[in-house]
Amino acid sequence: MSRGGHIRIEHLNKQFVVDGAPLPVLRELSLEVAPGEFVAIVGASGCGKSTLLRLVAGLEREHDGTLQHDGAPITGTSLARGLVFQEHRLFPWLTVEANVRSALLNSGVPRSEQAKLVQRHIDLVGLQGFEKAWPHQLSGGMAQRVAIARALVNRPQVLLLDEPFGALDAMTRARLQQELQHIWRSEGITMILVTHDVDEALFLGDRVVVMEPRPGRIRRVLHVDLHHPRDRVSAVFTDLKQEVLAELGELAEAA
Amino acid sequence: MLARAFQAVPRPVRGWVLPVLLLLLWWAALRWQWTTSPLLVSPLQVWDKALSLLSGGEAWAALGASLRRDLIGLFIGASAGLLFGATLGLSRWSERLFGPSFHTLKQISLFAWLPLISLWFGLGDPAKIAFIALASFFPVVLNTFEGIRATPPELVEVARVLRFSRAQLLTRVVLPAAAPAIFTGLHLGLIYAWLATLGAEYLMVAGPGIGGLLVDGRDHFWMDQVLFGVILVGAVGMALNTLAAIIERRALAWRGRSAGLF
Repeated sequence: MSRGGHIRIEHLNKQFVVDGAPLPVLRELSLEVAPGEFVAIVGASGCGKSTLLRLVAGLEREHDGTLQHDGAPITGTSLARGLVFQEHRLFPWLTVEANVRSALLNSGVPRSEQAKLVQRHIDLVGLQGFEKAWPHQLSGGMAQRVAIARALVNRPQVLLLDEPFGALDAMTRARLQQELQHIWRSEGITMILVTHDVDEALFLGDRVVVMEPRPGRIRRVLHVDLHHPRDRVSAVFTDLKQEVLAELGELAEAA
Repeated sequence: MLARAFQAVPRPVRGWVLPVLLLLLWWAALRWQWTTSPLLVSPLQVWDKALSLLSGGEAWAALGASLRRDLIGLFIGASAGLLFGATLGLSRWSERLFGPSFHTLKQISLFAWLPLISLWFGLGDPAKIAFIALASFFPVVLNTFEGIRATPPELVEVARVLRFSRAQLLTRVVLPAAAPAIFTGLHLGLIYAWLATLGAEYLMVAGPGIGGLLVDGRDHFWMDQVLFGVILVGAVGMALNTLAAIIERRALAWRGRSAGLF
């Protein structure tokens, strides 16, 4: 499927100003994500991985360096790039259906086709029957599924995921990881996932980017040449996990 | 003992226990002549007075006049309050410009406005309506302002990701997020307006209205009329309050049931 979704990051620098003094968050970061690729970014908290994702989403503006989506500079948010946050961030005053539909408000999809599209994505995340439910009636895992459906309903080229399963219990998390993987394979969307869960990164990513903090930069990029669905207890998987953990562990010792 | 006796009363009528006891006490005070003051009239006398005022039409006329003032004043005060509160909430510079003056004015006791209002508007209906409007204005402004300011920034960010226009952000995120607070403001405005209606009618030369009914009763030592008036005021206040609660519950169904823990 060649529907775009190429992200290019070159010599990216980003700093915040804290109490009048500049605080570097990202330094000289370069990363290229191919269309349809799944890249997982891991790092300790404070390594700037969320800021990186927010920059790609277009939520953070000022930066130095190149930041491109299919060759065009990223200057703001775009419906071609969906974003799922750690919290579901559903509108509490809208039903499940209306929440998903709210993403189509400015999509240009004719009203007559919206209902079908919304239903298709509610089905995709396995929530048929909950269309009329209010967010407060859903479990954390269900609410996060709705958030994923809302991010996908626009058929974005790139889906950005900011620790989307971080607040869920282990069983729900494992199930949603599998479902996300199914969606990725069937829809052919470029996905960039930020997580602090090494297991999750290795289970899902074609490549795993390990970041180090203060200021945030890339320490290492690992290719995960394993077929899907991956076996989390296979020798290769656990070896890779040890490797990533070692990288992160060294960082912890150095810090 | 008492608690257990109270538990024995069926739940739906428990709220009536206290009023019924008071009524009994009232009746007993007269029956055994604990006092002979002419200021204490019998419940039956109040009941007769109520019937005669209702069937004669005076009570309805008074009620109509009061409610009309109340609703006109509330409409003006609440509309102005919504507009002003939204302006303060949405624009930082308008808050800097108007905020300090507003917060100073709201400290002034409502009744301190009466001399000014009566000088500007006289003592007729316009003055009363202005007073009622002012009473409902303040709670609506405050709650609208705070509701809008409390819009979760996380949801505003979602709106940015979904490319909402400013108008869409306002109508689909900010106003729904502020709706519970706005309803609280309107609810308070409704209560304040009714209190102010009586205050205005009582303090500014009596015209038709429940306040007039009360003043009339006081001036003639008709305690039965005064008591009936008080009961009427309470009943209307309660009815308005219940109506507001029902509308609020319908409009804010998305919040689910709020837990009454205390």
